[in-house]
Amino acid sequence: MALPELHRFTLPNGLRVVLAPDSSAPVVGVSVHYDVGFRSEPEGRTGFAHLFEHLMFQGSESLEKLAHFRHVQSSGGTFNGSTHPDYTDYYQVLPSAALERALFLEADRMRAPKITEENLRNQIDVVKEEIRLNVLNRPYGGFPWILLPPVLFTTFPNAHNGYGDFVDLENATVDDCAAFFDAYYAPGNAVLTVAGDLDVERTKSLVDKHFGDVPARPVPARPSFAEDAPKGERRAEHTDKLAPMPALALGYRIPDPVTEVEGYLAYLVLAGVLTDGDGSRLQQRLVHGDAIVVDVGAGCGLFGPLEARDPDTFSVTAIHPPDVPVERVIAAVDEELLKLAEHGPTERELAKVTARWVSTMHREHDRLTSRTLGLGSAELLFGRAELLYELPEKLAAVTADAVAAAAKALRADARAVLIVKPADGGTE
Amino acid sequence: MNAVTTHRSAEEIGRTEVGPRPLPELGEQRAAADLSSVDTVLDNGLRVIAVRRSSVPVVELRLRIPFADPADTSVGSAHAARAEVLANTVLTGTATRTRVDIDTELALVGGELDAVVDPERLALSGNALVSGFDTLLDVLRDVLTGATHPADEVERERARLVERIRLARSQPNVIAREALQRHLYGDHPYAKEMPEADEVEVVTRDEVVALHAAAVLPRGSVLVVVGDVEPADAVRAVDGALGSWTGEGEAVALRPLPAVEGGDVAFVHRAGAVQSQIRLAGRGLDRTDPRYSALQIANLIFGGFFSSRLVENIREDKGYTYSARSHPEFTPGGAALMIDADTASEVTAAALLETRYELGRLSLVSPTEAEVDTARRYAIGSLLTATSSQGGLASFLVNLAGLGLGIEWFTGHPERLAGVTVEQVAEVALEFFAPSAFTGVVVGDADVLAPRLRALGGVALS
Repeated sequence: MALPELHRFTLPNGLRVVLAPDSSAPVVGVSVHYDVGFRSEPEGRTGFAHLFEHLMFQGSESLEKLAHFRHVQSSGGTFNGSTHPDYTDYYQVLPSAALERALFLEADRMRAPKITEENLRNQIDVVKEEIRLNVLNRPYGGFPWILLPPVLFTTFPNAHNGYGDFVDLENATVDDCAAFFDAYYAPGNAVLTVAGDLDVERTKSLVDKHFGDVPARPVPARPSFAEDAPKGERRAEHTDKLAPMPALALGYRIPDPVTEVEGYLAYLVLAGVLTDGDGSRLQQRLVHGDAIVVDVGAGCGLFGPLEARDPDTFSVTAIHPPDVPVERVIAAVDEELLKLAEHGPTERELAKVTARWVSTMHREHDRLTSRTLGLGSAELLFGRAELLYELPEKLAAVTADAVAAAAKALRADARAVLIVKPADGGTE
Repeated sequence: MNAVTTHRSAEEIGRTEVGPRPLPELGEQRAAADLSSVDTVLDNGLRVIAVRRSSVPVVELRLRIPFADPADTSVGSAHAARAEVLANTVLTGTATRTRVDIDTELALVGGELDAVVDPERLALSGNALVSGFDTLLDVLRDVLTGATHPADEVERERARLVERIRLARSQPNVIAREALQRHLYGDHPYAKEMPEADEVEVVTRDEVVALHAAAVLPRGSVLVVVGDVEPADAVRAVDGALGSWTGEGEAVALRPLPAVEGGDVAFVHRAGAVQSQIRLAGRGLDRTDPRYSALQIANLIFGGFFSSRLVENIREDKGYTYSARSHPEFTPGGAALMIDADTASEVTAAALLETRYELGRLSLVSPTEAEVDTARRYAIGSLLTATSSQGGLASFLVNLAGLGLGIEWFTGHPERLAGVTVEQVAEVALEFFAPSAFTGVVVGDADVLAPRLRALGGVALS
């Protein structure tokens, strides 16, 4: 696959910039990734990184509250932001005539966001509604991304709830926000990505014009979040009063995607062999063969593959009828993993996974939002935006032996088992 | 927080020596590249729309087969259950391919194919690397003309469907949607988006096979192909593959719906809910109506995008909700305007009050020129971004085709939006956004909600 050209430079204030021109449609994507996520939250402030993301939309020196939304949308654009374990991103996708405006908007809030008590209180309410919508009032809310980490991990950064507890959210102060911004939202702690219909030289000068005078600040040393893999099987049960059926999640540790990307990708292929498509091992066995689960899935990373640094998670999740014992589901997964560990996948299985990935990557690159965000997160986490374009080739190079080794490493005595029980035990 | 030992105050952070800076003007917008396309009807009656967009070596495919219940009422009708089993088994076997064969052949060309059904249509959607376009079409031909709906697959999918229906009906948004559809349309088949578990359990393979033969028909159906292929070549390939797909008669389109009329909101109790679903509906306009563009802009101003009055009021000012929006839903022979918000139980009644206030304000007080311009530019720009990928464009075009429209509606829409005046927006707002034009449902915990909803009025509490 032809590699689109990438241009990369760093401003004197430390801001890293990636430009990815493509003139196939007159639209442009702009994103800023900050190197801080919910793993950096101190104890007593769960959910703070996400709450702060909301505040970054609430006005800056040049823009009143609500102005950011209006300027993006009246330019014909769309926007959003999201908080991950290791980073927080902000993006806009707009008709390319609005490129300079988008850069201005991102620069203004990087330079001088307006953080007020009124906006903080308002956004605490909004975030609480977001948590009610996505977790508290919904069956399987937070499954598995909030519920599995405390079983697999023991340290606070890795194990805590990234959406946050209401008490912690309510205790957040304006001064907490100021401290967080000063520490983590320095230009040297961020990556700016511009993709789509752009002229490289003009864009460089626009980036310099708008971001060049954001003052440099010290960038905090990033702590290691490493912790040992479980020494035995760790189990936990969670009662979900809204769930109509039991569910389970198996969580395993996987190689560091930064230092061992090839090893990591073997697990991505393994996930495809296990659950991608009707012919995959676990779909065949659990859904169509034994017919003991309603749905099954497997994958790297609780937010998707290559979306976090070490330590990252491989998970298998399933929802099953109450008359199927959870041990039966786990035993079937273990059997299929054992078969793969002993015999490896077939060449045909590998070819299927590879071809689907090539196609999936093409389709993701075709959506400007995912391309912009993918380039930005790859640059921030791995220092290599081009990793995005190299993935199909790297996945194609994963061998059957590597997949077998990955399956073998998913050991029952070093994993987390999360069991979700309906409040009434599940009724037929 | 001890992230750093010393830091600036929030006030210090919020200002610089230079002070506020001016917003840059928009540049000159480059026009979208002309899309070469073909829109034609094959001998078997299938309409094919093929569009070249060559940004990536992939081809996207969307097939829409009108698949309505021929009966006038969903009461006593097994159509929804049979259609659901059909959609879940159509890709599980043909005379020459097993379920695994289908998945394997598609996977090897980077492809996938999926089938879903609703009260209006059976949709088969897929994609593949462009080098696998012929394989994708051949699998599609095979399942359309030769799906066997194997007995063991029917049995397993039936059982699985029963479980999945249970799962779906535990989701608050599904509970609210079903209640709203029943409230608006009663026993009209359009309201039945999901069959009952006991109706699914009795569906037989013979019934599914018979439904496939009678209703999976090319005449009345449309296939959209978007990708790195010449449109004429794509049509030739489709004709070569699907020319053998024939059948008596025409795929069944849903009969028109009764227009939504304003009235009391129905209350649905959900014990212990910590959040409520507010779902309101009023009458809308279909895309061919000359007033549609004005209504589209009125809807954006009301709640159709983030910079709307509803979002600014109940989210950004009052913090009642994370998500609030309004949007058109195109229905057979017409359209509805839908308003959705999920709010904490304690503020549900207040959120409903504010929603009605914004409805009244939009219908009675003309929006400003600036509001209309903002909404207009968003409508034009977001159309550009939403259709800038092959998949986005294919999905947009198949929805248009379902309304009898083609690519010229899409290419001509920015100009129609550009011509809308403030007066036209005010005029449609008065008729379509009047609080009295809306009805709907509220789902939530009666213990918390009832006293306040009763005080507010306009809500039928049983």
